Amino acid sequence: MSEAPAIEAEGLVKNYGKTRALAGFDLVVPAGTVYGLLGPNGAGKTTAVRVFATLLRPDGGRAQVLGHDVVNQAAEVRRRIGLTGQYAALDEYLTGRANLVMIGQLSRLTAAAARRRADEMLERFSLTEAAGRAVKTYSGGMRRRLDLAASLIGYPSVLFLDEPTTGLDPNARAMTWDIVRELAAEGTTLLLTTQYLEEADQLARRVAVIDDGAVIAEGTPDQLKSAVAGEHLEVVLASGADAEAAIIAVRPYAAGSVQPDQDGRRLSVPVTAAEGLTTRVVRALDDAGVQVNDVTIRRASLDDVFLALTGRLTSVEDDRETETELEGSAV
Amino acid sequence: MSAIAAELVPERDVTYGRSPLSHFVADVWVLTKRSIARIRREPETLADVTIQPVIFILMFAYVFGGAIALLGGGNYHEYLIGGMLGMGLAQTAPGVAVAQVTDMSTGLIDRFRSLPMSRWAVLAARSVAELLTQMIGAVVVAGVGLAIGWRVHTNAADVIAAFALALLFGYAFTWAGICLGMTLRSPEAAQQTGFILFLPMVFISCAFVPIQGMPGWLQPIAEWNPMSAIATACRKLFGNPNPAAAIPSWPLQHPELAVLCWSAAILVVFAPLAVHLYRRRALG
Repeated sequence: MSEAPAIEAEGLVKNYGKTRALAGFDLVVPAGTVYGLLGPNGAGKTTAVRVFATLLRPDGGRAQVLGHDVVNQAAEVRRRIGLTGQYAALDEYLTGRANLVMIGQLSRLTAAAARRRADEMLERFSLTEAAGRAVKTYSGGMRRRLDLAASLIGYPSVLFLDEPTTGLDPNARAMTWDIVRELAAEGTTLLLTTQYLEEADQLARRVAVIDDGAVIAEGTPDQLKSAVAGEHLEVVLASGADAEAAIIAVRPYAAGSVQPDQDGRRLSVPVTAAEGLTTRVVRALDDAGVQVNDVTIRRASLDDVFLALTGRLTSVEDDRETETELEGSAV
Repeated sequence: MSAIAAELVPERDVTYGRSPLSHFVADVWVLTKRSIARIRREPETLADVTIQPVIFILMFAYVFGGAIALLGGGNYHEYLIGGMLGMGLAQTAPGVAVAQVTDMSTGLIDRFRSLPMSRWAVLAARSVAELLTQMIGAVVVAGVGLAIGWRVHTNAADVIAAFALALLFGYAFTWAGICLGMTLRSPEAAQQTGFILFLPMVFISCAFVPIQGMPGWLQPIAEWNPMSAIATACRKLFGNPNPAAAIPSWPLQHPELAVLCWSAAILVVFAPLAVHLYRRRALG
């Protein structure tokens, strides 16, 4: 039986002056899953999250969170969501605990419940020791943890994480990943934007790839990988082996054109995965008298997916300024 | 339908059942406490209602005061405090603008806007916190005034009325400060602009010097300057030297009413404008 989706967007449009941040953005996020929104900087990820979190009014289209319209029923939406943006949204002059208690009370918890919940969160995020210090004395990683704690204090059913690990060290990133998994296990729906393909691959059950304000591909990470980039057989030839003969030998098994690398030592063979395929290829090469060092099946990475879809690599640092400015002007 | 975690929280832990007004009051209080906590951590943020008025009072009492002749005689120290009270409270407005710009530039306002809290509590709380610091300012001005020889010559009701008018006047200016902060992008710009707007307003008035000494073309501006109205109202209510009483201009003949009108006018213009700017800035 299919449940109502936690997040649903239909044809969202949002313009900033002449810049089109969202151009017919569609999305369906099933309840209780981790969903990855993947795209380069400036693709519209943050704009989409801001629309869902009722911070931006779309110029066109509609969006619902847990069945509530983000424009007309914003109050109902806000009761049920948590938001962690790219920048820690905390009062620098308050202590960590005071920040959490304040946000708890503003999330409609009673003062006593907010205090209890704050202590619970401080414990969970290993911030108990620093709880009595002003946030401006916190390290970057501590701020992000407190920020995440703050977005959870009101018991959200849907949590938006906008690039939650950008700029974090590997330890802090691993910790964030663990928390995301725990929350997902507890039944929270998480919409996570990221430029790290590995992150989406690790955490998200489904992924939407977004570029120029619209979703250009959607599915499970595995579906995307096989649909867009498929699988490859990597053949590493022994030195002195005849690359031409090797290409002729493997061609019957290839699902597309066989690509030798520059010095002809390595062949990339697009294939459709099948039982015993590797063995048969090795045998064919052996029959043709071609010596090989290695034959492995390589699944496409999300990086391949992204390259295939957009013709660009992700994480182009130069683009960062553009999006920051764009989002900044929206506030 | 998926579980709504908020509805899994025990009912006694949440306040959803309460009225919008009680939510608004509760949110304003929570956010006001935030400002008070900040002042306790950084008491130097109180400088504009403590150190600044003290410097002004001492400068005018002992440096410029000797050169200022009051029409009809009278003690300049007694004259000074009535002018200083309203000015001292209203001059927090540029600081409000700076605080507002700073707040808007952090992610905190976004977080507030994603919470089920009252939308306008953020601005209301800023004005309430400012009113509390202005009360401190009023005590400082009165205390320093008493120390330099200022005395009141009327009854308690008049004195209370004077302080109430000054606080109302300061409160109205807070909203102008919030608007200024909302239209500017950087704290530095807010500080500069606030200062440039505020300085002529203070000095082209009878806050520190009698209007009679100004050139004729400037006098009407000074007479209708709200800063003159509050200074004249306080002097009248304290029973202090009040040369402006001799000027037949309406705001100086009815200074209390003029202060009420000015405060109401400033609030009616700037409070809705602040709310509008907040909404527009926020919704993009």
